[in-house]
Amino acid sequence: MGLSKREVLHVAHLGRIHLADDEVEKFADQLSTIVDYVNQLSELDTEGVEPLAHALPIHNVLRPDEPRPGLSTDQALGGAPDAADGFFRVPRVIDDGSSA
Amino acid sequence: MAILDQTACQMRDALRRRDLTAADAAEASLAAIERLDPTVAAFVATDACAVRRRAAEIDARLDAGGPVGLLAGVPVAVKDNMCTADGLPTSCGSRILDGWRAPYNAHVVERLLAADAVIVGKTNMDEFAMGSSTEHSCFGPTHNPWDTATVPGGSSGGSAAAVAARMVPLALGSDTGGSIRQPGSLCGVVGMKPTYGRVSRYGLVAFASSLDQIGPLARTVGDAALLLQAVAGHDARDSTSVNEPVPDYLAVLDEPVAPLRIGVPKEFFTEGLDPEVERLVREAIGVYERLGAKLVEIDLPHATDYAIATYYIVAPSEASSNLARYDGVHYGYRAPEHADMIDMYMRSRSEGFGDEVKRRIMLGTFALSSGYYDAYYKKALRVRRLVRRDFDEAFEKVDCIMGPTSATPAFPLGERLENPLAMYLSDLFTVGANMAAIAGISIPCGFTGAGLPVGLQILTGVFTEDRLLRISRMYERQTDWTSRRPAICEASA
Amino acid sequence: MSAPDLITTIGMEVHLHLATRTKMFCPCEVRYDAPPNSCVCPVCLGMPGVLPVMNGRAVELAVRMAIGLGCTIPAFAKWDRKHYYYPDLPKNYQISEYDEPLGLGGHLDVELDGETFRVGITRVHLEEDAGKLMHAEDGSNVSVVDLNRTGTPLLEVVSEPDIQSAAQARAYGEALRQLAVYLGVGHCNMQLGQMRFEPNISLKIGDGPDGSGGQPRYTPITEIKNLNSFRSVERACAFEIARHRDEFAADPAGYTLENQGKSTRGWNDDRGVSFLMRSKEEAHDYRYFPEPDLVPFVPAPEWVDKIRADMPETPSQKRYKLVTTYRLSPYEVDVLVSDPDLSDFSEEVLRNAQDSSTAAGLIMTEGLRFVNERDKPISKLFKPGDVAAVSDMIFSGEISRSVAPHVFVQLVETGKSAADIVRDENLAQTSDEGELERVVDEVIRENPGPAQDFAEGKDKAVGRLIGMAKQKTGGKANPNVVREILIRKLRG
Ligand SMILES: [Zn+2]
Repeated sequence: MGLSKREVLHVAHLGRIHLADDEVEKFADQLSTIVDYVNQLSELDTEGVEPLAHALPIHNVLRPDEPRPGLSTDQALGGAPDAADGFFRVPRVIDDGSSA
Repeated sequence: MAILDQTACQMRDALRRRDLTAADAAEASLAAIERLDPTVAAFVATDACAVRRRAAEIDARLDAGGPVGLLAGVPVAVKDNMCTADGLPTSCGSRILDGWRAPYNAHVVERLLAADAVIVGKTNMDEFAMGSSTEHSCFGPTHNPWDTATVPGGSSGGSAAAVAARMVPLALGSDTGGSIRQPGSLCGVVGMKPTYGRVSRYGLVAFASSLDQIGPLARTVGDAALLLQAVAGHDARDSTSVNEPVPDYLAVLDEPVAPLRIGVPKEFFTEGLDPEVERLVREAIGVYERLGAKLVEIDLPHATDYAIATYYIVAPSEASSNLARYDGVHYGYRAPEHADMIDMYMRSRSEGFGDEVKRRIMLGTFALSSGYYDAYYKKALRVRRLVRRDFDEAFEKVDCIMGPTSATPAFPLGERLENPLAMYLSDLFTVGANMAAIAGISIPCGFTGAGLPVGLQILTGVFTEDRLLRISRMYERQTDWTSRRPAICEASA
Repeated sequence: MSAPDLITTIGMEVHLHLATRTKMFCPCEVRYDAPPNSCVCPVCLGMPGVLPVMNGRAVELAVRMAIGLGCTIPAFAKWDRKHYYYPDLPKNYQISEYDEPLGLGGHLDVELDGETFRVGITRVHLEEDAGKLMHAEDGSNVSVVDLNRTGTPLLEVVSEPDIQSAAQARAYGEALRQLAVYLGVGHCNMQLGQMRFEPNISLKIGDGPDGSGGQPRYTPITEIKNLNSFRSVERACAFEIARHRDEFAADPAGYTLENQGKSTRGWNDDRGVSFLMRSKEEAHDYRYFPEPDLVPFVPAPEWVDKIRADMPETPSQKRYKLVTTYRLSPYEVDVLVSDPDLSDFSEEVLRNAQDSSTAAGLIMTEGLRFVNERDKPISKLFKPGDVAAVSDMIFSGEISRSVAPHVFVQLVETGKSAADIVRDENLAQTSDEGELERVVDEVIRENPGPAQDFAEGKDKAVGRLIGMAKQKTGGKANPNVVREILIRKLRG
């Protein structure tokens, strides 16, 4: 099967990656080769096999609710490409209700 | 013996006896870097002034006879995906983090500092640890010290090459699918991936969180044990770090494991295996046999091809998520030209990431996206359970599993760059250990006719690093591979 | 053909900040008054290499709320990542519990106008809040980001679509707030944004499966994002219900859930209208997957039992007690249980007062006036014993109800006991017949008109005369005694 150029553009957009036209084709080919390879998993019968998301059987790692000092505002903003007056600055965002 | 021809254990002892000063060790390391690194390109950042200051401070404490840490005065290199707060940048081989200074130290860096090690610099790597050749770095490729026309392996190629070229005796790497063991093998050094959870990941820039693990690269098994000793242990800031006691690895190192049952999986000796590699690995296993070990043929039906397929779903999925934070808002690179917020995200990431990272982000995004999640991501997690079961069942019958670390010795620079799948298959024998969370090591087991090193991979169960090191040491004592030096080191003072 | 009935169905998603000192996954303090980006650390800034660690207190409070809502606590809960790019979300994913939350299947009984309705609770889960994105004030084409709020422990309570009107939606929100405050789970200060509501509104077309046995049909679901007051919940729901009716009337065949799916809308409180944010086609692909940096939560049954055993009283338990023990009216109970401090205080007063009705009245009028004026909990202003004493003095006739406001002022201002205030200021009612008789004589002399009216049987005139008598005694004349003297003198 593999990935169409449309699918590549879709996942690139979901992953917020801009692709030039010639890149779309190149990535479509490369990703298709890889997807074809990983498709061999469909040969395996995994009926009833519990997915393994956590490698070790560790549970309930909890932290006490005790405040500890973090970074100063200067440290927090120190690596920001654009910051002023204690804030990070970004191009103006029109609220689309993304926040949960 | 030249300072850098000593092992880390020897240097440590000499430093304590005051036969060697930390300043001399540091100067030797800085001089080797200055002489060799223009050719090898193992380091992406060093700070000679800071190194000298630090060495002088440790010398003062050694002279005063006060208590010092495990690695007092020993030069150590750190892969560039571990956060260092003071001075050195942390860039993960990526333009998107170029120039970023972490405001905090990784747990392992804290441990190295507490052990009084001298951190000499940060080593090159495939961007965000995605690669098997250290060619996918915004700083350019690292060269294999044994043949500079070949790759050092990856993604911890800078750390492996720095140790192999004797610029430092010890280096930290990280292993997500083989990124310590495979460069260890290609550079002829010891590279160990501890059990997942043995070393805290706090401050290790995440590639694939459920697979990443920090481990040592060193010239000898003893040195690897020493470095592991310094960094292993529980950390409350990493929920997946395990609160298990850390054994005294060095104390038991020379005790052979007997009886020893070695599992030899037929899946590790397939047709793609280079004949020279196969011969050297079988000879190495033969050494164990002569020491009284019993060989058991085992099956790991899911541990190679299926494990790779699984790995290239699980790791990119996690990576697509972990790398979402590099967006030009809070730190790192922001594209200068952009139309609006979304365009800023897309251009910053497009200009900041290299092709391999983009491929994996897209692959992972695809595997997690609506309509594909069950067929890819969830399926992969089920197969991951099968990989784990393969190993669980094997370790009921054997004490360890042996085979080649890499199907080939170091390959020429550029050879696999345009063929991502071929590059991915470089990890064929190593990803299984990451999928199963178990411990694994690559130790040098000889050289090809062309003079390229070959590594023997040994795998043991979870939290059996002590046994893994002892088994490795059994072979090391019978052979002399660690004393061989790459030709570029021969002019060394 | 007559138009089918349209029945409102609303499910609510409510987010509330838990009353923890620190954030969900890092030890930064949760503060609402700090300068921007001053309560942050590498973890909540989403810096490279950081890892989250669960706040044990947040987990405990979340489980407490789940128990308070009658949920079952599953033996296994896990964290997931929910992905979307937004500048107030530094990792560009939110850690949340997607398919295995810590509380499942409860309910909340809500009182509205003396009736009780039950709202099913689908699930209760924990997540982390995002930061704040604002438009720069300098008029530039820039938005600014403050990450102090990032990572604040957030509890989400998702209800079944059991709510059937805008008023019910509001009452449900208020009841949920009350429960959270009673259980000490959250402070739920609306002004601080500690509680936010997202109603999902749809109208059921017709009454259940139609005659042909088909499934019920619905109008398209609209979710209204981020409402932060009860008033806006009620107004937004009312607006949406009306809008759905209009849309359906205009296009009964097309305006259905089947055809149009779910959309997301915002609410403009100034203009009182909702507006479209995202249609079904633009729905996010959140790419949930298990959070590999956190381990699952597997609560020990004994731990859950302990939380259950240590549960504070819920509003409905308190309400039941006040109604059955003190025979208060539904209105009185509504007011007195509205907040746990007030209800605990009231219970203490009622336990000590001779007459519940007098005591409840005093709390609701005199007590709450100070609570509102001074913006302090009632327990910080008065002692229950003093309020009970004032109530008893009124009930026994020792003081007049009309001096109560003065006594309450003195209680707050002087810190003296009620008995001392009444004694020191000589506020007790005069029932001394000799003195009152002189006063009544004066009143009759000075008000011949009303006195004549009363003598002729016009009862209304007595009020005027009693008022005059009280005026002459500084409010201390016992009106009942004055009335008796007047009757004797004028009608005897
Ligand atoms: Zn924080």
